[in-house]
Amino acid sequence: MRITRIVAMTAAVATLSLGLAACGKEGTPTPETPAGSGAAPQAASDACTSSGTSFAPASGVAIAGSPTFEKIKSAGKVVIGVKFDQPNLGYKDASGKRCGFDIEIAQLIASKLGVDPAKIEYKEIASANRETAIKGGEVDYYVGTYSITEKRKADVSFAGPYFVAAQDLLVRKDDTSITGSSSLQGKKVCSATGSTPIQRVRDQKLTDAGNIVEFKTYSECVSQLIDKKVDAVTTDDAILKGYAAQNQSLLKVVGSPFTDPATGRPYPEKYGIGLAHDDKALRDFVNAALEKAEQDGTWQKIYDGTLGKSGSAATAPALEKY
Amino acid sequence: MNEFLHVLTDNWDVIGSHFLATIELFLIAGVCSLVLGTLLTAMRVSPVPALRGFGTGYVLLLRNCPLTLVFALLVFAVPKLDVNLDYFPSACVALTAYTSAFVCEALRSGINTVPVGQAEAARALGMTFTQVLGNVVLPQAFRTVVPPMISVFNAMLKNTTIAAGFSVAEAGAIQAYLSERGENQIYVLLWVTIGFLILVAPLVVTQRMLERRWGVAR
Repeated sequence: MRITRIVAMTAAVATLSLGLAACGKEGTPTPETPAGSGAAPQAASDACTSSGTSFAPASGVAIAGSPTFEKIKSAGKVVIGVKFDQPNLGYKDASGKRCGFDIEIAQLIASKLGVDPAKIEYKEIASANRETAIKGGEVDYYVGTYSITEKRKADVSFAGPYFVAAQDLLVRKDDTSITGSSSLQGKKVCSATGSTPIQRVRDQKLTDAGNIVEFKTYSECVSQLIDKKVDAVTTDDAILKGYAAQNQSLLKVVGSPFTDPATGRPYPEKYGIGLAHDDKALRDFVNAALEKAEQDGTWQKIYDGTLGKSGSAATAPALEKY
Repeated sequence: MNEFLHVLTDNWDVIGSHFLATIELFLIAGVCSLVLGTLLTAMRVSPVPALRGFGTGYVLLLRNCPLTLVFALLVFAVPKLDVNLDYFPSACVALTAYTSAFVCEALRSGINTVPVGQAEAARALGMTFTQVLGNVVLPQAFRTVVPPMISVFNAMLKNTTIAAGFSVAEAGAIQAYLSERGENQIYVLLWVTIGFLILVAPLVVTQRMLERRWGVAR
């Protein structure tokens, strides 16, 4: 008897769950299905387009005392570590073509080293494995949102920075309520699970803990932003600009860097080109190549044709040679 | 050793709150899937062909669908239909929908152990379908399926970690947090393992207790 009653009592709860479950089960829309009224149009095509800068290989290059360069020369090709999942930054499209700001910076350096663009071998290296890949000679150099830090300088060396990023916000284009980190109260904010940017949002109580959303990848956050399940995505502005450029009609970067409440200054992320620790000759050569590109307008042309499509301008940063 | 202990004490804020979310997720989805699973079993043995068909179809679909896919459907596909469900409830629904298919199958195997004669006798006495199932068949079925049922819930406890990939801050997300804090990854993962061992212990105790009390002498 008792069991009958319990079954009867819980039947209501179960019916509810069943209803919800049925929702989940039957709600299997194909991505092409036009969404309901007011929903966002589908994101723009993800096919790669370049800035159109030509990277003709230089001839008669010689770098005295650079083991890495000797290796490149004798192999007749260069192996570059890159990222592949950051649109307009370090990206590989469905057809296998690579493009983006970091990719073109990598191609620029390769051309200065006298390597034909067709002789570049790209290697996708995850962030956690970058030092190991450079130290072990798995890649000749690395270009992929690689922040210059003192800790990393113990293992590798850096040319650059070729870009200085700051923590910013990506929002829907029609959203005027979010103007910076101080206007996030009551808004849902998304970033990569456990990442420093989202921990800053949490530690500085910029929004309620319940409004913090974390996914493994930024592209999942961006999908949720487009579907209005979150209101902002936060991380380095370079990454955000890449997504804004990919979805020009839907998204924009706010352009108001987060600042450290203690000092009032932004948190700069200086992107450098990762090189072998002891190859100073190559580092000096790459720095000179970057300097020239910044002066003759090549840097700006690359930026405008990639991240610049987001509508946010930027200028080349000062190099930090050592 | 000292460093190992410090990983726990220095990060108790993260580890404690994340495991608490795991427990919440487990309890809510556990109760719901037990209820829904029982209901599905009732459907599968009911005299109404439409209900039987639904039950069979449900189990066929959900039991063979990867759990990650169920989560992804709820979190990425359903919002496209302008249905807005928050992340924690989404995780509860996904786990319930998936686990209840396994609960249903475990329970159905228990029903098969109850001799047909008993149900026939009950019907001959004039009992309705609900009475036959609720008073005669299910109580015996539940007693025989304690070990496989506990295994289903044990698996579900571990399956909760998939929710970490869908914005639920539970135990599966601890590693990402503490790697950003620069903690030793081996120690972190060892603590997560220990945490799960502690969570599984009550399940083992429950299984022993139920087997002792409910053991059917045949």
